[in-house]
Amino acid sequence: MATPFYVAPEQMMKDRAEYARKGIARGRALIALEYTAGVVFVSENPSRSLHKTSEIYDRIGFAAVGRYNEFESMRVAGIRLADVKGYQYAREDVTAKALANAYSQALGSIFMGGEAKPYEVELLIAEVDDDADGRNGHELYHILYDGSIVDEHRFVVIGGDTEPLTAALESRWEPDLDRDAAINVCVAALGEVSGRSMDPGDLEVSGLDATRARRRFFRLRDQALTDAINADG
Amino acid sequence: MTFAPNEHISDLPQAFDAGGSSFVAALQRQAPQALPPLLGGSPMPAELRDQLIEGTTVLAVVARDGVVMAGDRRATAGHHISRGDMRKVFPADDSSAIGISGAAGPAMELARIFATELEHYEKVEGEPLSLDGRSNKLAGMVRAHLPMAMQGLVVVPLFAGVDRRTGDRRIFEYDPVGGRYRATNSAATGSGSMAARATLKRLADPEADLDVAARTAIEALFDAAEEDSATGGPDLIRRIYPIVAVIDQDGYRELTDDEVAAHVEAVVETHRS
Repeated sequence: MATPFYVAPEQMMKDRAEYARKGIARGRALIALEYTAGVVFVSENPSRSLHKTSEIYDRIGFAAVGRYNEFESMRVAGIRLADVKGYQYAREDVTAKALANAYSQALGSIFMGGEAKPYEVELLIAEVDDDADGRNGHELYHILYDGSIVDEHRFVVIGGDTEPLTAALESRWEPDLDRDAAINVCVAALGEVSGRSMDPGDLEVSGLDATRARRRFFRLRDQALTDAINADG
Repeated sequence: MTFAPNEHISDLPQAFDAGGSSFVAALQRQAPQALPPLLGGSPMPAELRDQLIEGTTVLAVVARDGVVMAGDRRATAGHHISRGDMRKVFPADDSSAIGISGAAGPAMELARIFATELEHYEKVEGEPLSLDGRSNKLAGMVRAHLPMAMQGLVVVPLFAGVDRRTGDRRIFEYDPVGGRYRATNSAATGSGSMAARATLKRLADPEADLDVAARTAIEALFDAAEEDSATGGPDLIRRIYPIVAVIDQDGYRELTDDEVAAHVEAVVETHRS
């Protein structure tokens, strides 16, 4: 019988973290940015059907980067949790905080050795204010591959190549943006970092709009997306 | 040491799980106690039977640009009128409506769980179910309710909607065991449906506009209320009017009380003269 090698716990965690980080860094980054009445998700994604963002519940949206099969199953699990809770209690009892905690627990236990390898995903759970003017503020929870969770504000970049994008957004972001201006800030930042102009056909743009009734999630494509980008110059 | 993922996260989706997009299936796994119970056994005792609240007449009419669904507001328990303001027409999603008749408690639960099911499917799959798919799903839910129907808790829904992709306007009727029947131009269910049907047969015109169809629906409810004690007419004193939902390519919309009142007024006028 072969004797297993001893691996120090620190080393094991470091290896797993590096493995997950490398996997995530291979993919393209995704930006989430708050505007007055909501949150927009903008990323480069030439696929029209394999999305990185999704509706979870009335005021809650989901965005992810990394390995598709892994974040897709996380997305479906989130929708299940939200719908089961909303059905048993009331729609307003479904919160992004509870959902972000569930994701954090799940990714944490998978990372700590639950599975042969850690998940190579980073998730973002956004919840928009129920007040259409955004007076109470929106919520953005960034959940990393190891289950650590960060409460973000203004904007956040997940995935590979985050630093130049964060810097590009920092110089462009201003308070009280409207939706189209917010989308343009993201598109301009993506263009600056990649060094080429972004074609609307290669972008996945979606978000949450607090001024909509009940289901706040929206997805912009084709003409609606071109109009939104042109609306702000 | 490795674990199966489900030891850490309950209910991660499985590959090739045909029920994976179903909300009811998720509820069965995660919170079975929240599902409406299905009790078999002896028929319901008479004293309980008399306390059972029942909803009565709902109907639907096809129009040129969409469909109209309407329901009266009366609920009865035995020979009592237990409510005068009950809602029997609900949005199923933004292009279809569900109307309910029969035992009010389970029927309203059916409407709620059906709406959740459609939304859940749409979110998981990224596309809404086809109109046929939705009507089939509802048939399955009525079928699953059969043990309760055997005890007297009969629930008969009515389903109508517009298929966004094809532009089809369709109405589906059901029976207590889950039979699904596509109606041609109009349908009615509940205790006042006989009288309502007679009016609908006479007036329903699939080429009429939505406004005319709404008027037809209200007229049919008016006639049902005259013939059937369990169907309520418009309550002009308390200003409680039938609920009239209009579904077209733009989505689901309910007429305001003022709009319904105007139709009611016009219908009453034709009866006076």
